[in-house]
Amino acid sequence: MTLNLTLKVWRQDGPRDAGRFETYEANAVSEDISFLELLDVVNEDLVAQNREPIAFDHDCREGICGMCGVMINGQPHGPLRGTTTCQLHLRHFKDGDTVVVEPWRAAAFPIIRDLVVNRTAFDRIVMAGGYVTAPTGAAQDANNIPVPKANADLAMDAAACIGCGACVAACPNGAAQLFTSAKVAHLGLLPQGQPERWSRVNAMVQRMEEHFGSCTNHRECEAACPKEISIDFIARLNRDYLKAQFKDRRQLLRATDVASEE
Amino acid sequence: MTALDTAPATTTDLDSHVPPGPIAEKWDVHRFETRLVAPQNRRRFEVIVIGTGLAGGSAAATLGEMGFNVKVFCFQDSPRRAHSIAAQGGINAAKNYKNDGDSVYRLFYDTVKGGDYRSREANVYRLAQISTEIIDQCTAQGVPFARDYGGLLDNRSFGGAQVARTFYARGQTGQQLLLGAYQALMRQVELGSVALYARHEMLELVVKDGRAVGVVVRDLVTGAVTSHSAHAVVLASGGYGNVFFLSTNAKGSNVTASWRAHRKGAYFANPCYTQIHPTCIPVSGEHQSKLTLMSESLRNDGRIWVPTNRDDRRSPNDIPPEDRDYYLERRYPAFANLVPRDVASRAAKRMVDDGFGVGELKNGVYLDFKEAISRLGRGVIEQRYGNLFDMYRDIAGEDPYRVPMRIYPAVHYTMGGLWVDYNLMSNLPGLFVIGEANFSDHGANRLGASALMQGLADGYFVLPATIAGYLAGQLGQPPTPTSAPEFKDAEDSVRERVNSLLGVRGSHSVDWFHRQLGKTLWEKCGMARNADGLKEAAREVGDLRQRFWQDVRVLGENETLNQSLEKAGRVADFLELAELLCQDALHREESCGGHFREEYQTPDGEALRDDERFAYVAAWEFKGDGAAERLHQEPLDFEYVHLAQRSYK
Ligand SMILES: Cc1cc2nc3c(=O)[nH]c(=O)nc-3n(C[C@H](O)[C@H](O)[C@H](O)COP(=O)(O)OP(=O)(O)OC[C@H]3O[C@@H](n4cnc5c(N)ncnc54)[C@H](O)[C@@H]3O)c2cc1C
Ligand code: FES
Repeated sequence: MTLNLTLKVWRQDGPRDAGRFETYEANAVSEDISFLELLDVVNEDLVAQNREPIAFDHDCREGICGMCGVMINGQPHGPLRGTTTCQLHLRHFKDGDTVVVEPWRAAAFPIIRDLVVNRTAFDRIVMAGGYVTAPTGAAQDANNIPVPKANADLAMDAAACIGCGACVAACPNGAAQLFTSAKVAHLGLLPQGQPERWSRVNAMVQRMEEHFGSCTNHRECEAACPKEISIDFIARLNRDYLKAQFKDRRQLLRATDVASEE
Repeated sequence: MTALDTAPATTTDLDSHVPPGPIAEKWDVHRFETRLVAPQNRRRFEVIVIGTGLAGGSAAATLGEMGFNVKVFCFQDSPRRAHSIAAQGGINAAKNYKNDGDSVYRLFYDTVKGGDYRSREANVYRLAQISTEIIDQCTAQGVPFARDYGGLLDNRSFGGAQVARTFYARGQTGQQLLLGAYQALMRQVELGSVALYARHEMLELVVKDGRAVGVVVRDLVTGAVTSHSAHAVVLASGGYGNVFFLSTNAKGSNVTASWRAHRKGAYFANPCYTQIHPTCIPVSGEHQSKLTLMSESLRNDGRIWVPTNRDDRRSPNDIPPEDRDYYLERRYPAFANLVPRDVASRAAKRMVDDGFGVGELKNGVYLDFKEAISRLGRGVIEQRYGNLFDMYRDIAGEDPYRVPMRIYPAVHYTMGGLWVDYNLMSNLPGLFVIGEANFSDHGANRLGASALMQGLADGYFVLPATIAGYLAGQLGQPPTPTSAPEFKDAEDSVRERVNSLLGVRGSHSVDWFHRQLGKTLWEKCGMARNADGLKEAAREVGDLRQRFWQDVRVLGENETLNQSLEKAGRVADFLELAELLCQDALHREESCGGHFREEYQTPDGEALRDDERFAYVAAWEFKGDGAAERLHQEPLDFEYVHLAQRSYK
């Protein structure tokens, strides 16, 4: 089965360029190819016509690296739930469809070129505290601390986030609560993450707020997430953040007490 | 006459620096004898790491923790996106948590045997020893490994082993391990001990007086070309499977960092050892841009078969057991569906070549879960492989809970890579190579779940110990200034190359050339090879390379994000590597592991090694454009594992 599609693609030569839509026809493309392969086909045509190809980010094309991601008809990663752009196949479109393709639109993700945006703000949130401090070499036997299976499974649900940015692109406020909460929950659900639990959530939320808008519970993020990360993690984040306001401080206090006693 | 018609010029001068003593003590003794850098001196050393996959990410984080000044580079927009993220099935470790007879020695033995006796024993033993520490380290970082109901770590089994020693995090093991390393790395970035350069590509290695002293990189967003100097350079840039165009590797995976180092003097070892993975989704059409792996772990519960009748047009569920050929179970009763990858791949190829293929294009075999689902229940299968089944459904458009998957082998991993000694240092002092980019531990065939193990062993534990030994000798010497002529020359050559690529303005896109290259290699240097085909392939590749430089069309300019330009540079290097790959495959007149020469097989079609002539590592030295590469041999001695015809029957 093949399809004919009309693509309206956002083209922008650089961060300071105003940008515009351009229209391309993709004729007789197989319904078995992925959306990124469709862009490949369009790009081959463009190059044949001596026009510069569309820049778009991608790498694994297996839905795991989080590098790809565009707005397809106003939806991050397109119409199919729980699917990244690279795993979206054309069998989910109809012959004759017009498809509008845009980059993520969010203040925290400036456009670099065409469909490519800068997502380093996500890395910055992780830098602030999205880790367990466990320098190489100091670990005890892995089975010394059993982890209840339910906790381990829930931690894994949260850890499945691929950091693509669809949640931010979907949010009317450009908030990064889903991304941040997933990391806070992943580490906070495991015994290894307990010692830094309160300082982590404080630091990550603070950093997040430097870059992103605020969450007002629109729930668009959950619907857009290709890994179907649950917004229950946001509730958890809020609870942890609240508790951290006194727990983290108490820890700090206790640390200074000890220091002054020494 | 081409270089291929004559035997390569050969020397046997490679010293692997394997320490003396019993194999179980080598690493401990070596670590004790290796010089150290005292903590207060570490910040006086600069180290460059190229790559943020499992190998590079773990190395950069660890070196940063130790107090070295680290610069780390990757071409993706974030270190977390390195190709390691895509690893699905798991990571091996000799924990023997299952009490099924596993041990360091058994993992060592399985790996040497699985590699068809073409790896260095001492390295493999060390890998097996370190494997257990990796699991401890990753668990401490919060990697959510799968657990059983008692809360302890769970295991599954993988090909080439009769024990369950594979640790996993659903079908996303690589992702979770990489995130662990990435998080440790980002902590160091925040602390200032590691400087991170994402969307930067290394395009030259800088060598001064025979030592690696730095790199030249291009900022992929602005096109700026800059020099970076250091006391040591670590390449962790991954494998070169994309030389075949279609592979399971991420689209960006490439050989450029390794190849540029090779052109500067680093030997390239065993390029012909390429691994074809048995369980991938078959090609569906001409616009296919990559192939998707279905994890080997599926072979734990899935059974592989084809219809006994070539023209059986019935839907698979309607074909009764007596009309099915479970050919792996038939031919290899001991290991059955869990034979190593090379064996499983060739068996599938044979079935398809003989006309037993299934699916519309008759280009696959069935991997069937029906029995497992009725035995264990759909829930268990969903828990074990849910995301893989979803991925299959998205791509193939069929529901694997109801109809068997269709699978076929695809290029997946490259055992070959830059030559390194026991310290993971190349023949160029100061240049270290870790992870898939080096040639080290897997011989001619890698066992499943062993790449993650090797990448992390190299990055967390081996390199941080051995690099100190090299650095200690340079205490008090500042790094070479980037104003040195060696840096200027390297920068000039990068700019020149960029300008030539942009200047050709020919008629075919970069992808067009890449596809042609892949087609030639897959047909003539893929799962089965022979002398005539290899010579033809080398000739075709040579012609294609010439044509590339006359006829490639790279639009746009250097000063912006220009993805065609990035690809063009990578394909140009693949075109050079491909010729060496054919040459290496041609000179190795035996079959071993992933390298199968049709002329050398047993009567029942198994790989036939020639230990008399070929029990060595082939390390190639670049001698200039157009000149034949020189072959350096590192003889392989087997003191512990006895050379034998591999048998999985
Ligand atoms: C689909 C798939 C599934 C797999 N599953 C498993 C599994 O279950 N178990 C297992 O053990 N193995 C598995 N493997 C193999 C394993 O994933 C890889 O061998 C391993 O992850 C390689 O890690 P690495 O750190 O060496 O390189 P990579 O992860 O490939 O990282 C390379 C890094 O180098 C950077 N880089 C490269 N070139 C340059 C340059 N010129 N300049 C700057 N940066 C550069 C990249 O940006 C990247 O950061 C799988 C492989 C595939 C393809
Ligand atoms: S390209 Fe990796 S998630 Fe789509």
